[in-house]
Amino acid sequence: MHQIVILGGGTGGTLTANRLRRAYGWDEAHITVVDQDDAHVYQPGLLFVPFGLTQPEDIVRPRGRQLRHGIDYLTTGVDHVATDRREVVLADGMTLAYDALVVATGSVLAPEETEGLTGPGWMERVFTFYTPEGAAGLEAALDTFDQGRLVVNVVEMPIKCPVAPLEFCFLADWFLRERGVRDAVELAYATPLDGAFTKPVAAEHLGGMLADRGIELVTEFNTGEVDGTGGRLISYDEREIPFDLAVVIPAHNGAPCIGRSPGLGDELGFVPTDQHTLQSTVAPEVFAVGDAASLPISKAGSVTHFEGEVLVENVQRFLAGKPLDGSYDGHANCFIETGFHKAMLIDFNYDVEPLPGHFPGEVGLPLLKESHLNHLGKLMFQWVYWHSLLPGRDIPGIHSAMPTAGKKHAADT
Amino acid sequence: MPVDTIAGTPVDVNEEGFLTDPSQWNDDIAVELARREGIDPMTERHWEVVRFMRAEYEAKGTGPTVRVLGKTSGVPVKELYQLFPKGPAKLAAKIAGIPKPRGCI
Repeated sequence: MHQIVILGGGTGGTLTANRLRRAYGWDEAHITVVDQDDAHVYQPGLLFVPFGLTQPEDIVRPRGRQLRHGIDYLTTGVDHVATDRREVVLADGMTLAYDALVVATGSVLAPEETEGLTGPGWMERVFTFYTPEGAAGLEAALDTFDQGRLVVNVVEMPIKCPVAPLEFCFLADWFLRERGVRDAVELAYATPLDGAFTKPVAAEHLGGMLADRGIELVTEFNTGEVDGTGGRLISYDEREIPFDLAVVIPAHNGAPCIGRSPGLGDELGFVPTDQHTLQSTVAPEVFAVGDAASLPISKAGSVTHFEGEVLVENVQRFLAGKPLDGSYDGHANCFIETGFHKAMLIDFNYDVEPLPGHFPGEVGLPLLKESHLNHLGKLMFQWVYWHSLLPGRDIPGIHSAMPTAGKKHAADT
Repeated sequence: MPVDTIAGTPVDVNEEGFLTDPSQWNDDIAVELARREGIDPMTERHWEVVRFMRAEYEAKGTGPTVRVLGKTSGVPVKELYQLFPKGPAKLAAKIAGIPKPRGCI
């Protein structure tokens, strides 16, 4: 009987466990999922909390309840992984031996790595919406914010969901207009990138959308210090951005238990992983999925979802002694909420940047274009997440490989 | 693909001026690239970072980001910005003759 251990009961760990449980008979594989707590957060929902559009308790469910029968679920911390002995050492010293290990430990925020970020003003005039507590605190602060400078700042890439900070800007613009105070507020977006987004066509579209809304874009701003008392962001090259309210997306690291595992993680604690097979380059029996993997693609739930299919196939092939399938193409797909009940959709992979057109085929949701239909898609996605994506069911018409049918290439226009 | 003559040597570069073939690089090219970016002279500290970038690229296939550079090179982030103003990872990669770090996705 195969022993399969999955570290992490978030998006990647849950959908991998459920897919593997269906793939193997009960007498063929023993599957164990380990997580340090039992709170599974629907992370895309955090964006809506500061604007009162959802409540933190509405986006959290028990982790164990998302797992199929026949999956062991342990709520305990992980001390480290001993890849040489093929075992996981738990916080209480107990060990779990594995034939295949799936690392799905996600990423963690590291606000303490930026000077002053967690100092005076933190959770008073300096917030992040990337945690339920931060998002709830920000809701209270925004509720009474009716004049001054609101600055949204990404400290460093990579971050989870690179479009979320832009969505926050668009929603803040909408929210402040709805409250009739937009004219009294200056909005600015400060990013370490050289444009609004990483990929050229989307960066141009999104940059234009910031300009249309009167949101100042500050590029190549590498935050060295946050002065909460004086209300200033200070870059390493000594530029300053004043703020009355700052929304900061801190630097991200891999989970601490990866850092404690000899040879498993890179400098930031992410697992070096083959970008097509999802097998780690550390040890053949170790695989990585989602944010935990060090791959040249966005850290996002859609990426994790599309990786899942190839990952589950490869865990089975590895355990059967067969060659791995190298078909993961870096497919990512993100709804970008733009305010006023509209949203945009982008779809891309390792090689193809987000392009205009329709998804998933010539008839479908508009790409790189604001529409009400995409907003409804984004809202509906929460249901799809709990009921289809986590259980590991295929979503009709949506496949792991990126579709090309509905996309307009530069040569076509 | 554009070809640029740097310090008397023709090299392949991309549209942003990064060398596309790191094996065409040498010390004279680094000095000339640095001068074009306003870094003159290249101090021992600059060389330390540039050589570290090349070693990382050879080992991993991509240059490190600023935060990784600050954690692993022995040169603190603040000093990296003094040595290579604006974008240390990008600028040091350019001078080191390796592709732009892909850290930002």
